Order: sequence, then C-alpha cells, then structure tokens
Amino acid sequence: MGLGAYVAVSGALFALGLIAILVRRNVIYILMGIEMILNAANINFVAFNRFGSMKLDGQMFAIFTIILAAAEAAVALAIVLNVFYLFDSIKPSEADLLRE
Amino acid sequence: MMSLAFDPATDFKLLLAVPAIPLVGYVLQIFLRKRLPHGDKLLTLGMFVVMCLTVYLGAKGLHAAYAGERFFHHSSEAGLEFGWLYSTGTVPAAQNLVMGVLYDPLGAAMLAVVGIVSFCVHLFSIGYVHGDKRYSIFFANISLFTFAMLGLVLADNLLVLFIFWELMGAMSYLLIGHFSHDPGQPFFHRWATWACKKAFLTTRVGDVLLFVGIFILWDKFHTLRFTELWAAAKETVAANGGEFPTWLTWAGLCVFGGTVGKSAQFPLHIWLPDAMAGPTPVSAMIHAATMVAAGVFLLGRMYPLLSPTVLSVVTVVGATTALFAATIGTTCYDLKAVLAYSTISQLGFMVAAVGLGGVVAGMFHMTTHAFFKACLFLSAGSVIHGCHHVQDMRLMGGLRKKMPITFACMLICTLAIAGVPYFAGFFSKDEVIKAGFLKILDRRTFDGWSLYALLALSLAAALTAFYMFRLIFLTFYGEYRGNQKQHRFSAMLAAEGVEGPDPNEHAAHDDHGAAHGAHDDHGHAHAQDHGHAHGDEHGHAAHGHAAHGHAAHGHAAHGHAAHGHAKHAPAPKVAHVVHAEKHDEHGGHAEHHAHEPHESPLVMTVALMILGLLGIFGGHFWLTEPQNVFNAHPWFEKLVTPTTLYGEEIASWCAPEPVGEAAVEHFEHLEHAAHLDALIVSSIVAGTGILLAILFYLVWPGIPGRIVAFLGQAYTAVRRKYYIDELVDATVLKLTWKLTYFQKWIDENVIDGLVKTVGALNKFLGVFAALFDKIVIDGAVNAVALASQVFGAAFRLVQTGRIQQYAAFAVGGAVLTAAWLILA
Amino acid sequence: MTEHLLSWITFLPLIGMGLIFFVPSTNTALVKTIALIATGIPFLLATWLYFGLFSKTTGELQFVERVDWISGIQAQYYIGIDGLSLPLVWLSTLLLFIGVPASFGIEKSQKAYYALLMLLEVGINGVFVSQDYFLFYVFWEVMLLPMYFLIGIWGGPRREYAAIKFFLYTLAGSVLMLVAVVALRIDMGGIEGMQAPFSIPEMMAKAKAGLLTGAHLPFGGTLLGMQFTTWVFWFLFIGFAIKVPIVPFHTWLPDAHVEAPTPISVILAGILLKLGGYGMIRACFPIVPSAFHEFAYVLGVIGVVSIVYGAFVALGQTDFKRMVAYSSVSHMGYVLLGLAAMTTWGTTGAALQMFNHGTSAAVLFLVVGVIYDRAHHRDLNGFGGLSQIMPKYWALTTLGFFAALGLPGLAGFVAEAMTLLGAYESALPGMKTLVLISVIGIVITAAFLLYAMQRVFLGKLNPKYAGYKDMTPRELLCQAPFLFLCVALGIFPFFLTDVMRASIDQWMATMGG
Repeated sequence: MGLGAYVAVSGALFALGLIAILVRRNVIYILMGIEMILNAANINFVAFNRFGSMKLDGQMFAIFTIILAAAEAAVALAIVLNVFYLFDSIKPSEADLLRE
Repeated sequence: MMSLAFDPATDFKLLLAVPAIPLVGYVLQIFLRKRLPHGDKLLTLGMFVVMCLTVYLGAKGLHAAYAGERFFHHSSEAGLEFGWLYSTGTVPAAQNLVMGVLYDPLGAAMLAVVGIVSFCVHLFSIGYVHGDKRYSIFFANISLFTFAMLGLVLADNLLVLFIFWELMGAMSYLLIGHFSHDPGQPFFHRWATWACKKAFLTTRVGDVLLFVGIFILWDKFHTLRFTELWAAAKETVAANGGEFPTWLTWAGLCVFGGTVGKSAQFPLHIWLPDAMAGPTPVSAMIHAATMVAAGVFLLGRMYPLLSPTVLSVVTVVGATTALFAATIGTTCYDLKAVLAYSTISQLGFMVAAVGLGGVVAGMFHMTTHAFFKACLFLSAGSVIHGCHHVQDMRLMGGLRKKMPITFACMLICTLAIAGVPYFAGFFSKDEVIKAGFLKILDRRTFDGWSLYALLALSLAAALTAFYMFRLIFLTFYGEYRGNQKQHRFSAMLAAEGVEGPDPNEHAAHDDHGAAHGAHDDHGHAHAQDHGHAHGDEHGHAAHGHAAHGHAAHGHAAHGHAAHGHAKHAPAPKVAHVVHAEKHDEHGGHAEHHAHEPHESPLVMTVALMILGLLGIFGGHFWLTEPQNVFNAHPWFEKLVTPTTLYGEEIASWCAPEPVGEAAVEHFEHLEHAAHLDALIVSSIVAGTGILLAILFYLVWPGIPGRIVAFLGQAYTAVRRKYYIDELVDATVLKLTWKLTYFQKWIDENVIDGLVKTVGALNKFLGVFAALFDKIVIDGAVNAVALASQVFGAAFRLVQTGRIQQYAAFAVGGAVLTAAWLILA
Repeated sequence: MTEHLLSWITFLPLIGMGLIFFVPSTNTALVKTIALIATGIPFLLATWLYFGLFSKTTGELQFVERVDWISGIQAQYYIGIDGLSLPLVWLSTLLLFIGVPASFGIEKSQKAYYALLMLLEVGINGVFVSQDYFLFYVFWEVMLLPMYFLIGIWGGPRREYAAIKFFLYTLAGSVLMLVAVVALRIDMGGIEGMQAPFSIPEMMAKAKAGLLTGAHLPFGGTLLGMQFTTWVFWFLFIGFAIKVPIVPFHTWLPDAHVEAPTPISVILAGILLKLGGYGMIRACFPIVPSAFHEFAYVLGVIGVVSIVYGAFVALGQTDFKRMVAYSSVSHMGYVLLGLAAMTTWGTTGAALQMFNHGTSAAVLFLVVGVIYDRAHHRDLNGFGGLSQIMPKYWALTTLGFFAALGLPGLAGFVAEAMTLLGAYESALPGMKTLVLISVIGIVITAAFLLYAMQRVFLGKLNPKYAGYKDMTPRELLCQAPFLFLCVALGIFPFFLTDVMRASIDQWMATMGG
C-alpha cells in the first residue's frame, strides 16, 4: 500500500468528522467529530513519517495529539455538563447565547 | 454393651458429630424459625445427645487412664484430615495447613464439661428466656456458640483454634447485645448496646496479640499443629543450649496476650463485668464456664512453648488478677457483678497455676470451676427470674424459704468455690496452692514471683470465701427487702456508711470525680467536630461504666441536658430500684415489687440440680480411694498428667523428673510437704473467709459499715474498680480518638487539600488568562469593534449564535481559499 | 465455541448495548430484560469456564486468542486467562449481573444507564483478559468513560465534582501509564526478532532475561540519573495505585462512592478497585522485577499505611458510605502488603483479598444503599435502633460487617491471615515490623464497624424511622450471592486457591522471588 491509501483514509475520516460537526444536533457527536478530525491528522502524521525519511517524529506528534485530545475531552465534557444544566439540553442549536 | 475402648474408626465420626449437632441446629433454627415451632426443645434435645456423646467419649478416656494406657488420639489415625489452606507446589508440602481432630485427655475432659454445661444452659434457657421477642435467635446463637466452643476443644492446631476462638468472640458479641434489640428492655437497652462492643473490642486486642504469636510460630516452625509445635520447641531450645530463644519468649507472651483478653486477666479484664448485660444463661455459659476458660485451655495446649520468663509473667498476672478481682467482689451489690468478679478472680487462679508450673492444677480448676460457676450463675438467674429481674442484693434477702431448690444449689456451689473440703472446688484449688508450695519449697525453683503469687492466691481464696458467703447471706438470709419501697436503702446505706449506690449498677449518681471529667472532655472534643448529638452518643458508647452511668448528670451540668442520653437515662431513684425491665409474663414495672419472689419452674431447677450435683462430685467422683479423701488422686489428675498431655518426651523436658534415689526421695518428701501445707492453708483461708462473712452479715451487721468508714478513700477506690475503666478511657480511648481525628484532619486538609490546590491552581490560571483576555486582548478588540460596528450592522444577519453555522462558514471559507490556491 | 469463549464473555455486553439502542426509551422493561440477558450470559459462560473448562494444573495462559490487530505498531488482539485473572473475570461478570437488578430503582434515562453499564462490563472484562499492552490500555480507557457518566449523571448532589475528580485523577494515572507503555514498546521494538513488542508475556520473558533495560531508547538505560526500569516501575505503579487506591492517591474514592448510585458504588468497590491490584500483578511488577525488588519495602510501607490510616480515618467518619469507602482503602492495603512480601502465602493472600474484598465490599455498599433508599441520608448519627424494625436487614448487615472485619469462618479472614502470615515470613528486612504495625488496623477495623453497628442498629429507635419496611426480596436477592460467597469462601478457601495455585507458582518464578 502506498502513501495515497493512508491519505485517502485520513481524508475520508476528516470528511466524516467534518460532516458530523456540521450536521449532527448533539454535542456529543460533535465532540466525536472533533476527535475524528484529530485522528485524521494523526493518521497523516504517522503515514508521512512511515513514508518519509524521519525517525519517529510523526509518532511522537501523534502521541502528543492523543494526550491533548484526552485533555480536550475532559474539558469539553465538563463544558457539556454545564451546558446541559444551563439549557437543559445538549443540542447546539439551542445554545445560541453567542449571538448576544 | 458399648465398649469403653477407643476405636478411631467410629469414635472420630462421633467426635465430628459433636460439634456438627449444634451447627445443624443453628442452621435449622435460623432458616426455619417460623416453621419450627419447637425449635428450642429440638435444640435442647440435640444438646442432650451432645452431652451424652461427650460424656461417653470422656468415659473412654478415663477408662484408658485407669487401665494405664496412653490416651492420645489424632484423627489422622482414622484418615480424617482436611487440607484447608494450601500453599503451592514449589515450596515444601509442610506449608500446607491441614486440619484434624485432636482428642487427648485434656480435650476429653473439656469436651465433656462443655457438653454438660451447654446442655444445662439450653435447658435452663427454655424457662428463663421464655417470652422473649428474640427467643429463637437466642437459641440459634447460643447453639452456634456451643459449636465454636466444641470445635475449639477439638482443634489440633493453633490456627483452627484461633478460628473458633474468634467465632466465639463474635457469638459473645451477639449474645451480650441480645437485649439491645428490644425496646421492651429499657435498662439493658442502654447498657447492652455498648457492652457488647466493649467486650468484642477488648478481647480483640488480646486476639490480635495471639494472632501475632501465630505469625511468629509459623515463621519459625512452619507448622501450627500442637504436637509438632511442642517437639519443635524442644528441639529449638536444645539447639540453643537449653535456653529459650528471645523470639520464643515473645511468641509465648503474645500467646498469653490472647489468654489475657479472652480469660479477662488484668488489664484486659474490663469487658467481663460489662458482659453481664447479656441474659444470665449467656453469662453462665460464655462468661463463666466455657469461653473465658478457653484462654486457660490455650495455655494448657501451649504450655511447653512457654519460657520461664513467660511463666513468671503468667504467674504474676494471674495472681494479681485473682487478688484484685476478689477485692472488688467484696464490694459489689449487683448479684451478677459479684459473680463476674468472682469469675475473673478464679480465672486468675487457673492462670497463676499454669504459671507456677501446675498446668494440671490449672486445667483441673478450669473443669470444676465450669461446673460450680455455671451453677452459680444459673442460680443467680433463677433468683433474678424469681425476683422479677431485680439484681440488687439489697433488694433481696430471705429467699431461702421462697426458693429452696435454688438456695440449695447455690449453697452447694458456694461451698465448692469457697474451697470447703469434699466439694469440687476444694480439690482443684488445693492443687493450685500446692503447685505454688511445690515451687517455693524447692530451692532450685524458688523465686520471688512465686512467693508473691502464693500469698496473693491465699488471700484471694480467703476473700472468695468471704464474698461468696456475703452473697449467700444477703440474698437468702434475713428478711425480704424487695417490698420496702421507701426505706429500702436506709438500713443498708447506714450500715455501709456510703452514699450513693453501687457503681456496678449503671445508675446515674452524683459523686464521681475524675472519670466524669475525662468523659466530659471527650464529649466536648467530639461536640466540636460533630455537634452535640454525636458527642453525647459517643460518650455513651465508648466509655466504661462511669461514663455511661454519669452521662445524664454530666451533660446536665454542662448544659446539654436537653438531648440524647440525658433524656433516656431514668431518674436516679428509678434506676436504683429497677435493674431490669418488663418481663412479658409479669406486666409493667409498677407491679414488680408487689410480687413475692417465687421458685423457678422445673425446667430451670433441673438444670441447677445437675450442675449442683457436679458441684459436689465434680472433683472426685472417680476417686480410687474414697476413704482417703484428702490424699487420693481425683479423677482429673488420673486422666490428665503432663505425660498424658504432652507425651513422655515433652513432659519430662517440661518438668524433669528427679533422677537417682536420693533425689526421688527428696522430691516425694517435697511433694508431701507441699500437699500438707496446701491443705492446711486452703482450709484455714476458706474457714477464715466463711467465718468473717458469718460475723459480718449474720451476727454483727454493723461491722461492714464501720470498716468501710475506716477505709474511706481506699474503699471508694475498690468500689470504683480501681478506676481502671476510667484510666482506659482517659488514655487508650482518648488517644485513639485523638489519632482518629488527627488523621481525618490530615486526610481532609493535607491530602485532599493538596489535590484541591492543584485543581485551584489550574482554575486560577484559567481566571488569569480570562482576565488577560478581557483587558488586553478584548480592549484591543473593542477598539476595533467600534470601527467595525458599521460592518457589524451589515453582518448581523449572519450572526445566528449557532456554532455549527459558524463552522460551516469557516469550512466554506477554507474551501474557497483552497480553490483559489489551486486554481491560481 | 470454546476457542472464542473469552471474546464472547468480553463482547456479549457490547451486543446488548447495541440492542438497547434500538429499543424505544419508553420501553424500560425491555431495556432491563436485555441488560439482564446481556450480563447474565457472560456470567453463565464465566461460571462454566471456572468450574468446567479451566485447567487448574497449569500456570500457563489458557483460552488464548491471538491475531494481528494493528500491524503498523505490531499490536495484537491477544487475550487469555490464567488462575490470577479467572476469579476476577468471574467476579466481575457476577457483579455486573447483580448490578442490573440492583439498579431497577433508578428512574432517570434508563436506556442510557443500562447501555453505559454494558460498556463498563466490556472495559472491565477486557482488561482482565488482555495480554497485549496496547489492548490493555484501550480497555482501560474504555472503562473510564462510562464510569464518568454513571457517576456524573446518575449520582448524588455533588456528582459533577465527584465525577470530574474521578475522571481527572484516573486520567492522570492513565497518562503516566501511557508514557511507560510507549517507552516499553520502543524498547521492546529494538530487541532482535521481536514480533509482538506489546505482548505482556513477552515483556515478562524479556525482563526475566534481563533484556528490558531501556537500551533501545534515545537516552539509553538511564534518565535524570534514574534507571529506565525505575522510571517505568513508578509510572506504572502510580497509574495502578490511583486505581487501587492507596494512600495518598485515595481521595477520589470517598467522593466518588458518596455520589455514585448504589449499584455503581458496588461495582466500583467490588471490581474496579481490583483492576489496580490486578494491573500491578499482571502488568507492572513482572515487567520490571528488578525495580520491584528494589522498592518492595517501600510498597510494604505504603500498604501498611493504607491499612492503618484507612481504618483510623474510617473510624472518624459520620457518613455511612464514606466510612465504607475508607474501609476499602484499608482493606486494599493488604493487597499491597501481601505482594510486597514476595512469598507464596503473601501473594496468594493478596490475590484472595482482592476477590474477597470484592464480595464483602459489595455487601457493605448494598447495605448502605438499603438504608439510603429509605431515609435519603447516610448520617451514622441520625439512625439508631433499626434492628428492632428491620431484623433481616440487621442480620445481613451483621454478617457483612463480620466478613469485613475479618472474622474467621468468613472470607476476609482467610485472605488477611494468609497475607499477614506470608508477609511475616518474608525474607525482606523490616517486613516483620510492618506486619506488627498493620495488626493495629485489625482492631481499628473492628472498632469502626461495631461503632457504626451500634449507632445505626442498636439503642433507641428514632420514631421518624419507625415505619420502615424490612428488606424487600429484590434487595435480599442482590445481597444473597455475595453473602453466600463470604461464608463459602471463608470455609472452603481452596475453591479459589486451587485455581490460583499453579499461576501463582509461575508468577513467583517470573518474579525470581
């Protein structure tokens, strides 16, 4: 398999994540979408690392991203809980205080 | 005709059936409570079978002993062994813990004693506990207790013994707390709730020491089987040049710690008087005849492992306990409290006997004591039952005509415990004192501790005779005082020259110095943390008598009168009068004292009579020379000797027999002298005690008051049980609570505080970033915003506040940018 | 079927979860039925495995399934069980199965609740069967999320605080673990001819051969003056220690317990805490045995501190559930003490203690749940005299308390006795002193349990509670299996030790004890 295959998977994952962010009505799904996009990036890192002339740099980036993603998940879940108690819902369409 | 020869193949099955019967009874009783209308009778029947079996098997032991055969059986003879805790294959197989049954002379004697006593207690309980709300649970628990005690006697190794030992502790906890579940029992209701806990925790301190002893022995010997332990100890000492290594001394001390806890020796004796909160049959069974004797039994099993140092400690602790408990016994007015201190004192005799080298004497006294003390307690139960749950001897008197059978049994057993010749206790107590004489008469074994022990034991024996006859005279002689409502105390108080009632009565009263202070401190320390309710409850719970008795007053004095304990502590007068509560048959309080005391039903008195007979004959029913009472060997001495207990080899190592003709002669001479001295001393002390009691309580009733007045503070100290409960409260318990709150504080403030600080630091960083964001960045943005307000008006249409829409715009922008980049 | 038995046990609940998603949320009866079946079948399979299929004579892994999973990093789907993990798998399937009927009282969004419960079971069982560190880590994280939501949504008044504390605390542990795993993977990857660098058995073998020293890492065998193995040991140890939890990483536990609904507390105490101890046995100590031997005494000290300190703090609690939570801290200290001893009895005792504490802690939390459901508070000082109106409840609680305070004849004693006997005979200097200190914990444990018993059940009945009903059949049925285990394993401990024996022998050999 060549680099193209990996990039294609990554692209597909990215697109799926993006779609999730844009169309889903549930914040949890949106968070999942974000995770998918991050992982699409991870795939790229690892794939380019594999086919490039680097040592392990891509992997290191990917691990860094994973840890970041975990931290982000923690913060995001806390936000979600707060949003839920504020709006009694976790649909982003109802959380429109940004308008003010 | 059944043969009296021991047959391992069948008899071990019988032995296994012995503990199995009460166990099955327990299970049936618990699960079929409602569907088993005569569960109590069935259980008692089962216990009857147990009694017959144990006596039958014990008779086999005696038969063998009189035939001169060695009677020492392990169930491995019959192939009955039970691998319990396995270790693994890579280590020696010795590491596996195998359980078996050990049936030796001591076990045979003890098993028969337990069988007889528990049958009598079951029988007695049918009458005594009748009408109790938790009647069936009572029977279930006492059966499980019997199972544990029988199992303990049959255990062939230390860990199994420990298992049953702890199980008995748990059953003791449940049975002491029996009344704490029944709101119809206002007096016990308050006392039993904490007495059971106190008993369990105090003995657990000793149990943990025993556990540590087990660790040490397991670590060094890798076996816990008694027979192997004895042999290993002998080898170890031989390898160490005839001296006991230090670690073995420590192990011995730890094992003795278990005895101190379970057999209520100083200073862990404090639980036993409070254990009287349980129903009287429980006191008779657990806290007089069997469980507390288990500590002495343990010493008998472990005797070859005890180094001379340990034996000195054992001697001193036992003798001290015997003497000091006897002194307290002379000052109590609560019928059961007298017996409780008497039990502690007699256990001290047994322990001291073991320490003095008279292991057989100690075991013998344990056996006879089980008979007569169980009888005394059951008689006391019968009196209490007859007097409608009054326990104060000042409210009794003259009962000998109203309760003749109870009186007869109690008198017999009092004669026995006092050591009057020809009664059971005489033989065994005589042996104990003889052991002391034997030790100090021989120049090689003489030491100061033994001399002290001998003096203390003699004095304690005199006191025993004194307080037991005091009990008899106060209870059964004179006029019945239960109906003298108004003046019931005046005569006694004047005679005693004391104010205030007996501290053993758990009544609220006025004069209480230091103890109260300690308690109050505590209550306040608590109150700071947990509010008043907690402090109050705690004082109630974790402190000895004094704290309990004084709680109402103490809190009133400190302005807490409105809550908790103060409310349900009865008014002092009431508390003095009524020691107990409603009995279902007899209706409310008010009527109690109108009733005349009556003799107990047959089912109770039969049990008394059986034990009373054993109180007479328990010491010597198998005398070989009945005509020579004083010099003959009682049955126990024939059955149990160091040789039959531990085998030839170990016994000769423990107590070397004299070698050579001159030495043998010398030894025989010594033994004869010791026997004669013991005989004289024990007769004199018993006579003195009884005589004093007659003088004080029958002839010149004014004397006790004058003596008390003369003694003054010293008397008060004894009456307050030497303030030991208060001392424990002020030191051990206070320290425990201080440690607890200190560690709780650390947990909440230091450890969790650290965690919270890390969280707060992160939060602070967030807030700081937000402030920076607001002032610096937002400031700049605001400037721009002013300019962009114009544009804003135009773009407002786009501002929906929906994140997803924003994201869509962003993606659209990105796509456009990408398209431009690619196309351009 | 039997060759994939472990996979079935692990992933059946996932199927249940999928099914639950298709049920309309109004049809709660069907949701509960599915949950019961999806947890019941794994329990039956595990029982079959335990009593029928598992061979007690070998310490090797059994029921191994091993296929390549992520070839890029050479991670494998490698699962299998031995005598150390099988009892815990069985216990977890039992606990989760009982957890379902114990949850019938929950009203709030039941569909999501049971779905998360199923996911939790997948995570827990996955950890117990994984033999590949990557897989292990994935399951470890899978378990975290459902727990977060189960506490955070269905918990008590301070649930968010507790849930976030739990999540962040455990996440911190996971991050340390992840770093250690990556380092191990890189080091393993450098060894000649290594096909499965994530495999835990391979790591053990290489560690035993002295090959796992960090030589293939960029910085070589030492970092900041400390051995590679030391780093790995402490990172993994702290990661697992947080889960156990041992002092001083325990403060999430009381909060999580107090806020979690009863069945979740039961699962948390009954099996989640054991993951920490299991992790140490399986995936920490044998991988860096040299560092373990170096620090064994420190571990012993931590264990004893946990025992004594946990007991004292429990004595000071006024909240019933907090008290029980601290008793867990105290009891789990025995696990560490037994492992640190490096003797067969100590290790067996530690393994037994994990199982037995699972049963007795389950009983205690169910006990707390019974009274909380009625009174809606857990203040120990607010009760009194309950034995008069709830005799059955009192009887079961007494049994549970006695099991927890290590009464012989009940399960706790066997484990405590083996642990302490094993620790006392340890060759490690100073271990005897530690054991002597730890016995203080035995007395204090009895003290706080009996003190609680007195305050809740004995004494004067508060008239406020006079109308309470005794335990319902459902509550009785939920407690019955655990009480049965407490009694049965106390009398017949070899039902457990027989299964563990061979594996413990092998484990001890691996550790070079």
